Amino acid sequence: MPATEPIIEFSKVNKWYGQFHVLRDVDLNVAKGERIVICGPSGSGKSTLIRCINRLEEHQQGTLKVDGVELTDDVKAIEAIRKEVGMVFQQFNLFPHLTVLQNLTLAPMWVGKIPKKEADERAMVQLTRVKIAEQAAKYPLQLSGGQQQRVAIARALCLTPKIMLFDEPTSALDPEMIKEVLDVMIELANMGITMLCVTHEMGFAKSVADRVIFMDQGQIIEQNSPVEFFNNPKSERTRDFLSKILAH
Amino acid sequence: MSTAAVALQLIPSRPPPVATEGVLPWLKRNLFSDWKNTLGTLIVLAVLVRYLPPLLNWAVFNAVARPDNAACRAIGHEGACWGVIAEKYRLILFGRYPYEQQWRPLVAATLMVVLIAASCYRAFWKPWLIGAWVVVLTAFFVLMHGGVLGLTPVETARWGGFPLTIMLSTIGLAVAFPLSVLVAVGRRSRLPGIRTLCVLYVELIRGVPLISVLFMASFMFPLFMPAGWSIDVLVRVQVGIILFSAAYLAEVVRGGLQALPRGQVEAAASLGLSYWQTARKVVLPQSLRLVVPAIMNTFIGTFKDTSLVTIVSLYDLTGALQLALGDSDWRKFFLEGQLFVAAIYFVCCFAMSRYSQWIERHLNTGTRRK
Amino acid sequence: MIYQIVAVLLVVAAGWYLVHNTLFNMRARGIQSGFDFLQQPAGFAISESLWEFDSSDSYAKAYLTGLSNTLRVALLGIVLATITGTLVGIGRLSRNFLIRSLCTAYVELFRNVPLLLQLFIWYFIFTEFLPPIDEALQPLPGLFFSKNGLQYPIPIWATGHLFMVVGILVGIVASWYWAKRERRRFEATGRPPRVVLPALGLIVGMAFLGWLAGGAPTALDIPEKTEITVGGGGAVTPEFLTVLIGLTLYTASYIAEIVRGGIQAVAYGQHEAAAALGLNGMQETRLILLPQALRVIIPPITSQYLNLTKNSSLAVAVGYPDLVSISTTTLNQTGRAIEAISLVMLAYLTMSLLTALIMNLYNRRSLIRER
Repeated sequence: MPATEPIIEFSKVNKWYGQFHVLRDVDLNVAKGERIVICGPSGSGKSTLIRCINRLEEHQQGTLKVDGVELTDDVKAIEAIRKEVGMVFQQFNLFPHLTVLQNLTLAPMWVGKIPKKEADERAMVQLTRVKIAEQAAKYPLQLSGGQQQRVAIARALCLTPKIMLFDEPTSALDPEMIKEVLDVMIELANMGITMLCVTHEMGFAKSVADRVIFMDQGQIIEQNSPVEFFNNPKSERTRDFLSKILAH
Repeated sequence: MSTAAVALQLIPSRPPPVATEGVLPWLKRNLFSDWKNTLGTLIVLAVLVRYLPPLLNWAVFNAVARPDNAACRAIGHEGACWGVIAEKYRLILFGRYPYEQQWRPLVAATLMVVLIAASCYRAFWKPWLIGAWVVVLTAFFVLMHGGVLGLTPVETARWGGFPLTIMLSTIGLAVAFPLSVLVAVGRRSRLPGIRTLCVLYVELIRGVPLISVLFMASFMFPLFMPAGWSIDVLVRVQVGIILFSAAYLAEVVRGGLQALPRGQVEAAASLGLSYWQTARKVVLPQSLRLVVPAIMNTFIGTFKDTSLVTIVSLYDLTGALQLALGDSDWRKFFLEGQLFVAAIYFVCCFAMSRYSQWIERHLNTGTRRK
Repeated sequence: MIYQIVAVLLVVAAGWYLVHNTLFNMRARGIQSGFDFLQQPAGFAISESLWEFDSSDSYAKAYLTGLSNTLRVALLGIVLATITGTLVGIGRLSRNFLIRSLCTAYVELFRNVPLLLQLFIWYFIFTEFLPPIDEALQPLPGLFFSKNGLQYPIPIWATGHLFMVVGILVGIVASWYWAKRERRRFEATGRPPRVVLPALGLIVGMAFLGWLAGGAPTALDIPEKTEITVGGGGAVTPEFLTVLIGLTLYTASYIAEIVRGGIQAVAYGQHEAAAALGLNGMQETRLILLPQALRVIIPPITSQYLNLTKNSSLAVAVGYPDLVSISTTTLNQTGRAIEAISLVMLAYLTMSLLTALIMNLYNRRSLIRER
């Protein structure tokens, strides 16, 4: 891949919750089209890290640039960045009072100012892509967990984002539904979109990721290609963590 | 681009650059975080500065605490006359109970309050508590009514003030609660006769104001009685309160019964428990626990509703106040008396609502998945 | 099965026993029964009402007057309590510590003191601390506040006002069509719909045109202060004010808690999803927060409206002639206890049932569909 400006640039980013130092001197460059998996024990700050990218969390020190725009308190900058960044949550967070189709067309119509007809078409394209087009008229709570998460992915894709963030997307799912969501994510990965995924699904990391990052106590401890990361972990803590989650 | 890297050392925790603890950051966050917040703070402060000092002057600095009518009149509207409470407190607290015998309602009310407070502690939830209730209730009536043990009899029409409020609420709720459980269970019964009766009762009582129930109790109950029989006004009103509270409690209990997963009853049936055993051991304990906040709310509501007996001429705490300040000398200082009574109600109700939150926390630890 | 038959038989037997006693007692005491008394002249005056009433009017008209008084104070109270309660409920969630504390103090204070006592306190304040009518307070020109109540200017009814009302109705219909058109345009082109301001403009504009067309009447009946009294204008008594203010502030404290609970019931994840999609604050509130919060708020708030209406019966304690108060007077005069009380209960039951029906309809329509 040609060397270009990184699409996400963390530069000595620090964040505190009160007195708790949750992100410590994070330096990270993500290239366009790169697929990154972030893992680590709970409380290590990995969710906080990706939430800083679309300003769901604010950092107190350091600079964070997304697609060339620096993230500060400037509301216009934040709005512009959120149009380029899509997010998928652990708890799906679909809007229960709207149908699946309405969930998808809400943002394109009200934020993107796109006519309804075009928004509906786009939504159906995305629903077909995640293989759930026949449920368009149903309400979210009438669907299974795996179906809801696929709708959530489609909803994020409707704004044609440049970056997709996944915050433990399969952690709230029953085991038999994890595969259907991972399949969708693998397909996405193969389409060239920049992806940052916080997950414990190491099989996904091995098959799709360009880079695996291990975080602990707010700090990036190790990052490497999947092959190197899993076969040759360099840090003691990485080895420790891997032994715990790969054991079963 | 894709860099392989390993952190060589762990970065230690540092304190945040801008302080977040301490008085100044707290002030900034809570009072002055943005222009809307600041504007709100300034407006509230302006209002407080304008109205708080005169209020304090009236209530505290210029107030007269001695029961001195002349001093109170002299002060007029400049200062509160808390002396009216010092003068009239016995009338307010005990109603028209004979003056020399007022130690009896005092003791009776204290016993009740202590019993209620004791019943709140989990440590005391043992079988002997029921015995204690029976003993205290008997003692209460013996003390209030007299006629035995050398105590002069005092007719129920003269009972009043705080003991009357406590009595109406406590007995009202103690009888209403089991009744409400029966009605709630009956409402879910598969037998249409019983179900209709329960539904009619609940909807009828809940659809009308308490006042009309009390009027019905006052005026219509005597007509229901066979010739020659007459029931005490107090008993009639007490029955009215019981019927009213039971209807509302029945709805609350029904909510709890509905919220219970059906699997519980199925599990009990598969274990061979009978209908009543299931109800007693499986369904009721769990359902009631689910609706404890609503039950406590109804209790607080009933306690406040006893004030309505004033309208049917029973002198509970609120009614006794009206009586006490009918005195033309002290009539101008009604407000101070009203605030005193309001404070008593506030303390009781506030304590009950705090207790309700405590009970919610302690009873739900088994059922809440954190 | 046997239990059921036995239970029903017991209740029927008890009921028959009570009825038997009642008839016997009534005969013994010479109490007549029947609703014919409703045609007879009432023999008492009613201190305030929407229409003229004097002692020669029938009991039936007295009951209707009482009902109108109840509805008058209840409807106004519901509107005021909703506005106050919503503001206080939102205030309890404010970031500002002072506002949050004041709202919490308000809720705790007004919820823990019995309504009857609160009514007595307000009545005392309105009748004791206000000046007598010849020294009435005048907070605004034309507005007079005294022991005799509140007096305010009212416009003298003319055709212009009728046209203004027609104008308002026309404006409302026009706004509805405008909203539909805007919605259609939004779906077709994506341009954000502008509804609130144009609708307001339409209603006010139409009202103004109607007023102009009717001759632009400006005549007001303004209360005038003379040596001994204040005459003219519209008036409300201290009793009405007591019941209104007391009911409003009491019910608002409950409504505040309901509104707060409804807002807090919407999961935080909904806010995160909306923010991640790029919706701004207003859009998020309108499209995501409000629909979900209202579903949680509306059922209990309807209960509170019903409670407010039932609580208005306490007006009898301060002398406001509501339905219960008039019924009590009637009862005392005619001795027809059963009829009087049952009329009152019937009126309240009807209101409760109507509310329950509307509630059920709303619930069915707004149910969030689940598996």
